Amino acid sequence: MELEALRLSLYVALRSVLLGLPLAIVVAYPLSRSRFLGRTVLDAIVHLPLVLPPVAVGYVLLLVFGTRGTVGAWLESAFGIRLAFTSAGAALATAVMTFPLMVRAIRLSLEAIDPRLEDAARTLGAGPIDRFWTITLPLMAPGIVAGAIIAFAAGLGEFGAVITFASNIPGETRTLPLALYTALQSPGGDALAARLAGLSFLLGLSGLVLAEWVSRVLRRRIGR
Amino acid sequence: MLEIDVSLSRGDFDLEVTFAAPTPGVTALFGRSGSGKTTVIDLIAGLLRPDRGRIALDDAVLHDTSRSYSLPPQRRAIGYVFQDPLLFPHFDVAGNLRYGQRRAQPRGTEAEFADAVELLGLGALLRRRPHELSGGERQRVALGRALLSRPRLLLLDEPLASLDAARRGELLPWFEALRDRHAIPIVYVSHEFEEVVRLASHVVLLEQGRVAAEGDVGRIAMVPELRAVIGPELAGSVVDGQVESTDPVTGLAQIRVGHSAITASGAGLRAGQAVRLQVLARDLVLATHKPMGLSVRNEIDGTIRAIVDDGPDAVLVEIDVGGPVLLARVTRPAASDLALAPGRRLWVLVKATSLRGHVHPRR
Repeated sequence: MELEALRLSLYVALRSVLLGLPLAIVVAYPLSRSRFLGRTVLDAIVHLPLVLPPVAVGYVLLLVFGTRGTVGAWLESAFGIRLAFTSAGAALATAVMTFPLMVRAIRLSLEAIDPRLEDAARTLGAGPIDRFWTITLPLMAPGIVAGAIIAFAAGLGEFGAVITFASNIPGETRTLPLALYTALQSPGGDALAARLAGLSFLLGLSGLVLAEWVSRVLRRRIGR
Repeated sequence: MLEIDVSLSRGDFDLEVTFAAPTPGVTALFGRSGSGKTTVIDLIAGLLRPDRGRIALDDAVLHDTSRSYSLPPQRRAIGYVFQDPLLFPHFDVAGNLRYGQRRAQPRGTEAEFADAVELLGLGALLRRRPHELSGGERQRVALGRALLSRPRLLLLDEPLASLDAARRGELLPWFEALRDRHAIPIVYVSHEFEEVVRLASHVVLLEQGRVAAEGDVGRIAMVPELRAVIGPELAGSVVDGQVESTDPVTGLAQIRVGHSAITASGAGLRAGQAVRLQVLARDLVLATHKPMGLSVRNEIDGTIRAIVDDGPDAVLVEIDVGGPVLLARVTRPAASDLALAPGRRLWVLVKATSLRGHVHPRR
């Protein structure tokens, strides 16, 4: 029971990070580097999952990606992909919830990079894509890695959005927090609930410590 | 020729700059901080775009608003050494040096790499990271990185400003070596006139976003607009000469300037070299009769060309010493006691220890 929930949690959190990370990099860059119309709006949208009730996020996902939602129906008829009530859907819900955490960490590391370094690369003959791959991305690496680890650790425990959008299906979407909730609801589940809670504590703490350590090592490697 | 005719408005700062700098050669952009020097070289590099105007380097147009044309910085082949060296922290020294070299058109050669490493003394630093280098070493790497990108023009933005006086003295010779070894035109931004004297042949004096004066260093040294910037302490003339002989024991050199041989400190100089001397107006003593029994090594005879006001207490006397003109600052009472007037012959006294010859090849 615990092992299955743990395995599922790890799997869902990992997929959510893989899903959200590229987009988080793409969004963090203009948020910290450019001044454009609608920047504040984009910033607010990115941060919305932090302030909304997770259940509301799950509900919106159901409306859009559910079997009768516009995108959900299309995905199912065109590709046979079903998100609602599947572990893929749990990963999507988790990705949306942890997205702001990733964007924030990446943005912080971007803001610590002197933009004149990119100017220096320009005068040395590097075009925009070249500059991004050789200068900006490597210097952002500590933030990207830290953001990914924090999002992963937070994703292990995502509850509201997952249960709303992907439901509580054993072996499919019953991750650690859902298993913990189920255990508390069932008579005689106290011991199981305590074990699951302990496991969650342990994972969360290791995630935070690991994120801090990795980003420190990386910062040292790039000499900052 | 580097031709610039641009204007740019940014908030409460207006820039309206037109000048033409000879290429090859070192052109100094000189002026107070806030006069627009860095803005001008950012425009040349393409990091900034002017509201209006045209920038051309030799036969290549870099920017022309009338034709809505602007070559992006990465295709201008203009090397830029920033005030803060801006080395890439995630590369070692060799990686930094290779960054521009790999992107050069045509690609740089190994021989060029070895040359630059040797010229700038970087051999022992190649595997180090930027944060393990001293300030002066970082600037040398930045210079090598720009040089290896095979630039058609090098822009140096106060490359010594972030260093203390001792480090500056150590770094200047590297820049002189670069100037003398390569025919790459250089635009050197500075607010230290001594650097200008040592490195540049042409000066553009900027004042509040406008060109206040432009010309060769010797001529600009004499204009009042320059004195307004550098102040009376540093006012003086800049004269070119040639080393006639040197004394290895004392380190003194005999330097031919006009019709006179001037004794100056000149450690490291060799006979026959073209040199430049900065002669400060406050260091000169004037005598109407040939003096005797003084420790001063130089008694140069000359003729007063003009006398100009220099504040309430002093005048500046321009003295022709057989072609070159020296500038002497004397108090008003001294000038009237000696009855100084244009056309008058006199002796200019200056201590050898006040003068230092700097190698300065003429092109």
